[in-house]
Amino acid sequence: METLYSILPELIRIVICAACGAAIVFGNALVMGYAERKLAGHFMLRPGPMEVGWHGILQLVLDGLKLMGKQLVIPAKADKPLFMLAPLLSFAPVFVPLLVIPFSDKLQGFDIDIGLLLILAFASINVLAVLIGGWSSNNKYSLFGAFRAVAQNVAYEIPMLISLLAIVFMTNTFSLRDVAAAQGSVWFVIVQPLAFIIYIVAMVAETNRAPFDLPEAESELTAGFHTEYSGMSFSLFVLAEYANMFICCSVATVFFLGGDSGIPLPYFEYSGAIWFLMKVYALMFFLVWIRWTYPRTRFDQLMNFCWKYLIPFSLVNLLITVVMVKLI
Amino acid sequence: MKSYFSLLVTGGWSLILGLKVTIKSLFSPIVTVQYPREKLEITPNYRGHIDLIKFEDTGSHKCITCGSCMRECPSDCIVVEGEKREGVKGKVLTVFTLDFTKCSLCGACVEVCPTDALDYSNEYELAGFAREDFYYDILKRVEERR
Repeated sequence: METLYSILPELIRIVICAACGAAIVFGNALVMGYAERKLAGHFMLRPGPMEVGWHGILQLVLDGLKLMGKQLVIPAKADKPLFMLAPLLSFAPVFVPLLVIPFSDKLQGFDIDIGLLLILAFASINVLAVLIGGWSSNNKYSLFGAFRAVAQNVAYEIPMLISLLAIVFMTNTFSLRDVAAAQGSVWFVIVQPLAFIIYIVAMVAETNRAPFDLPEAESELTAGFHTEYSGMSFSLFVLAEYANMFICCSVATVFFLGGDSGIPLPYFEYSGAIWFLMKVYALMFFLVWIRWTYPRTRFDQLMNFCWKYLIPFSLVNLLITVVMVKLI
Repeated sequence: MKSYFSLLVTGGWSLILGLKVTIKSLFSPIVTVQYPREKLEITPNYRGHIDLIKFEDTGSHKCITCGSCMRECPSDCIVVEGEKREGVKGKVLTVFTLDFTKCSLCGACVEVCPTDALDYSNEYELAGFAREDFYYDILKRVEERR
């Protein structure tokens, strides 16, 4: 009984954090799904969704209901257990990184010393889910999509890690809160502009979004790894994609854009969280913007860009950072 | 080695230019028309099915029931009938129908009309559920028109 009383606050904290994480994942998918379609429309001089509710604001709610009502079709020759496992494996890990993201000084699930490693570890499970989904669909397009996803994600994880490592060398910590606190008045985007650019490019590739959306590549591979998925199992992949975008943008905000720092808003205690979310959604807008600007890269171009440009540049950047840190 | 860096610069610059193009279009007005709710102005030169013109001075059409259009029509889709009435000079138009399922929109009827009473209409929403929906009573249309 004694031990129960001692761990009870922690248990309640875990439950609340998980609930908040779920709210963020689903709320973010609703907001981003709507914003992306609306912005896509306006980038092409169209109005976007207009029919359901005021300016189509309820469109995503109805889409969600439709997806829930759809039948889960499993191809006859698919590997059934793996086929059902893949969307779950893609969706389940996205909650964990949300626990360690410092939305503001007080608004954080857990501040652990290796927060960054936790986020990177759980974010890379998505690749495994994509591979399983593509493989078990027993479909050449799905398999191609999965192979591309693995090659691309393995390649782009390296510059991503190295560019973050430069910041870690400067702040001497893996804890996200300490990294955010380490940038007082000068954000790391000013100190490390090259690392920021490399991180953003690698982030777009990691989240499998255009112009690096080769795993999906609808004009070449129908829908890539999720060709055979329908209904809820398809929407789990989409939810995971948007949640991964949110997590990657949060990491960028913490490491380069000063976390929750900003001018305190009047009459609001948690203005840090508002600033944090504004920065995250500004980055998300940038992702949508480049999605509707650039055409998809060819696969060899994608790989060349990573191995010939991003990795050498990030290594040079890391080397310079290390020397500077040692000298100063 | 030189091309390695020059490619980076030119490529990066073109990416920035691309972003500029799209952000401009994000803030430009929408060009698509939300069709059932908004409609475009149709040019007066549009050649829809034929209609009798309503003249301002008489408040009526100028058809003299000569039947030229009926005879000229290569698809035989116009029917014109008239009758003599007391105190009225010439014939009075009683029937003017167009079978639009057969009409080839050649415009021979408009060209041949001696009093220039016929013209093309601006109707373009022509969906219907039955063949009979396209048998137009041109005389009724001109009488109903304000």
